[in-house]
Amino acid sequence: MEIFNHNSNVNFLGLRKISIVLAVLLMLGSIFIIATRGLNYGMDFTGGVLVEVKYDKPVDIGDVRAALTAGGFDRAVVQSLGNSTNLSIRLQPKSDPAAVKSDGKTDAERVAKDVLTALKVKRSDVALNRPPDFVGPQVGAELRTSGIYAVIFVIIGIMGYLWIRFERRFAIAAVVTEVHDALVTVGIIALTGREFDLTVLASVLAVVGYSINDKVVVFDRVRELFRLARKAEPEEVLNRSINNTLSRTIITSLFTAITMAALYFFGGPAVHGFAITMLIGILIGTLSSIFIASPILLWLGVSKKDLMPVSKDNPELARRP
Amino acid sequence: MSDFPRWKYALVVVVLLLGLLYALPNVFPPQPAVQISANRGAQIDASMKDKVESILKQHQLTWDKIAISGDAQQGSKRLLVRFKSDDVQAKAVDALKNGMGDQYVVAPNLASTVPSWLRAIHANSMPLGLDLQGGVHFLMQVDQSGVRQRQEQVYVGNVRQLLREKNIRYVSVSHSGNGVVAVLRSDADRSAAMDAIGTEYPDLNISNGPSTSNRFVLNMQIKPDKLRELAQNTIRQNLSTLRNRVNALGVSEPLVQQQGNSRIVVDLAGIQDTAEAKRILGAQASLEYRAGIAMYPDQRVVDAEQKGIVPPDARLYYGKACPQGCLLSKQIIVTGDELTNANSGFDQQQGSPEVQVTLNAAGAKSMRTFTESNVGKPMAVVYIDHIPQTKMVDGKEEHSFKTSERVISYATVNGVFGRQFSTTGLDSPKEASDLALLLKAGSLAAPMTFVEQHVIGPSLGRDNIRKGVSAVILGLSLVLLAALIYYKLFGLVADIALVLNLVLLVAVMSMIGVTLTMPGIAGIVLTLGMAIDSNVLICERVREELRNGSTPHASIRAGYEKAWATILDANVTHLLAAMALMTMGSGPIRGFGVTLFIGILTSMFTSVTVTHAITALIHGRRKLKTLSV
Repeated sequence: MEIFNHNSNVNFLGLRKISIVLAVLLMLGSIFIIATRGLNYGMDFTGGVLVEVKYDKPVDIGDVRAALTAGGFDRAVVQSLGNSTNLSIRLQPKSDPAAVKSDGKTDAERVAKDVLTALKVKRSDVALNRPPDFVGPQVGAELRTSGIYAVIFVIIGIMGYLWIRFERRFAIAAVVTEVHDALVTVGIIALTGREFDLTVLASVLAVVGYSINDKVVVFDRVRELFRLARKAEPEEVLNRSINNTLSRTIITSLFTAITMAALYFFGGPAVHGFAITMLIGILIGTLSSIFIASPILLWLGVSKKDLMPVSKDNPELARRP
Repeated sequence: MSDFPRWKYALVVVVLLLGLLYALPNVFPPQPAVQISANRGAQIDASMKDKVESILKQHQLTWDKIAISGDAQQGSKRLLVRFKSDDVQAKAVDALKNGMGDQYVVAPNLASTVPSWLRAIHANSMPLGLDLQGGVHFLMQVDQSGVRQRQEQVYVGNVRQLLREKNIRYVSVSHSGNGVVAVLRSDADRSAAMDAIGTEYPDLNISNGPSTSNRFVLNMQIKPDKLRELAQNTIRQNLSTLRNRVNALGVSEPLVQQQGNSRIVVDLAGIQDTAEAKRILGAQASLEYRAGIAMYPDQRVVDAEQKGIVPPDARLYYGKACPQGCLLSKQIIVTGDELTNANSGFDQQQGSPEVQVTLNAAGAKSMRTFTESNVGKPMAVVYIDHIPQTKMVDGKEEHSFKTSERVISYATVNGVFGRQFSTTGLDSPKEASDLALLLKAGSLAAPMTFVEQHVIGPSLGRDNIRKGVSAVILGLSLVLLAALIYYKLFGLVADIALVLNLVLLVAVMSMIGVTLTMPGIAGIVLTLGMAIDSNVLICERVREELRNGSTPHASIRAGYEKAWATILDANVTHLLAAMALMTMGSGPIRGFGVTLFIGILTSMFTSVTVTHAITALIHGRRKLKTLSV
């Protein structure tokens, strides 16, 4: 079975002005959203206390927020845990002065108790679901730093490898596209206000891994076609490379997306953030492989002679007549 | 079969068989169980087993299997009762806790059901992370700055004493914010002091501070190397203290692991009561040197144990140094507060392992007084954990301590000694270092604080496993179906490879002992989705070659050859990304990164080598007109 016309010859490079402008706009938009709205960092990164409570009868989240504000917890984040009786309440580490011990550490059990007392003022049918979770603010801060290091490591590593295996322009084009993919993915997470926790960070890095995979396949074809073609017009070669690999690009994306959809629908809430981020990333990565990576390559001025294998002087060949 | 050498077939067959074998243990789900181990003096034997059975019968709880295992010498002897369901397990834990009393530690456990022949070849199932079996996770911060300050305090005392011994007059020696400061009366005194301190304490960096007419300041700082060593020792000490305490909780396969320079992760599966666990982990330890009176099988000890006749000046103790019990004097010679150092090493004359102990001036004096009149008599060290307890009395919280005492050393005094002495007669260097660690834990341990706590309920764990497995199965089936429809016979071959990839991935993870977590499962699903990429590349290449007019055989060969370069480049860059995930701390990201990393490697093998083998086998010698791709 084939879905794609193998003789397709869509002029993707012809759209390059539009696609690059769109990409730049998307990136700027993402930066704007991340800067203004900010990311809804999970407790992994911010630190804090997470209390889970259970009501006997359904409860309105607004009422819970009001009860918390009345009790002095005005910066609490209240979320439903899939139904209208179980809720999670996230608090900043120092939001309960009574629970801050003499050494500056927070007593999570005490925070939970105080939260429950505040909630019971409005409704008495509430109880703690389980002992509270707690993350120290310093732990979160360190995690953020090591997350940034990980991203830098990936970018430098990939750039170095492509520089050696291909050529400088490919390395630059790949990394610029990578940054675009990661940034837009994070931008969408910021836009939707989804929680950005450790698993989401993991999947952003996985998106980078996935998307680089995609670019390398196209680049590989670019290199091959340049080497084969006698007269290689860069624009034409790039277009042919994208078209030749088009069906692979889309089929692989579909297959990976299928598994991530399965994870989203059946894997439970623990991996929701992961799966949805991957799905967003796959879509963006696929589009950027087709529309963005190659125009950058063209602008950087890739040419046939940059890609010919370095012919070592072979004494065996030289001796032959 | 021309382009597929025979040794490669052999390789494929061997690797796949090994993969199947080592992935197999994961098919056997662990069984809910209760583990009972003995506390001080109690025995695990047939009569105790009968007691357990009668308690279970009394509560009408049916068990699956009951068996004693482990070694009494190593302290790993235990009774394991297996149950059919979690409900029964939970009820049994409550019943046995009440019925067996304080002498035994009763804890829920997951018992392996992997057949013994598989375990004999070290084929085990993957350990499950806390998110898959429930439990509590703690991250503890060790106060390293406190350790430095205490060490500086010790130097203050030592420098004072040294200056007195060398007859160098000083105005003051004190502890400042970042080191030790001595003030001397003259420049000559100062350089004399500098020389004396420099020779005696090479671990100090000494420099001249500001000086006025009659105040000459000398600054001393602990060298960075020494500080690093100190920090490492501190963490080691705290690790060993925590391991001992976790054992007291009776948790099966607890994880106590260093993270970074100053943190320790403690994962306790099956535990739900965080308050209780925190009390025990956060206990304060202390030490007491006491005069020994008698040790089992001495008649006095037997009398004390069986008839309850204890001499008025003595108490009955237990511990690793006297597992059957010993009588110690109520009089304390020296406490942990007076101990300044304990190091394990080797006896210079006989080369046997020993522990060298250093006391401060006050401790040295009491020790000398005691040893002068007690040469040839025993002396014991008691290690005490003070576990904070909170009780509600008349609506008010009342704080108290519950102590747990154990004898960690019981030795004979060989001579008169004071400030420094060593404990010899230890069986191994390991025993010596364990004792040194305990001595330090009871005297010098750095305070720890909880900086992270995470609780996962047991039902949530089971729920996660169920969801994870269904996501893997569903994701896999959908990809299998899609590949079969799109690439027909070549798709079928890719499907076989994909299933084998899952088997291999699980096998490698089990062999290395990677802990399976929910992000790990997400990694498996993602790997499955991306592993098919290599086959897509190959199939697309073969199709292209066919379109270009190549013969079927040539198309297969060219397809694999040309696709290989692309697959390699794509996978290496992908591996780089997985490595970054692996290096990022611990927790969920690491589990995901490890899975991804292994998955990329196994997928390169299955989707290229394995499919090539199968393709060669199918199409090998036949003359072909078309290919089903």
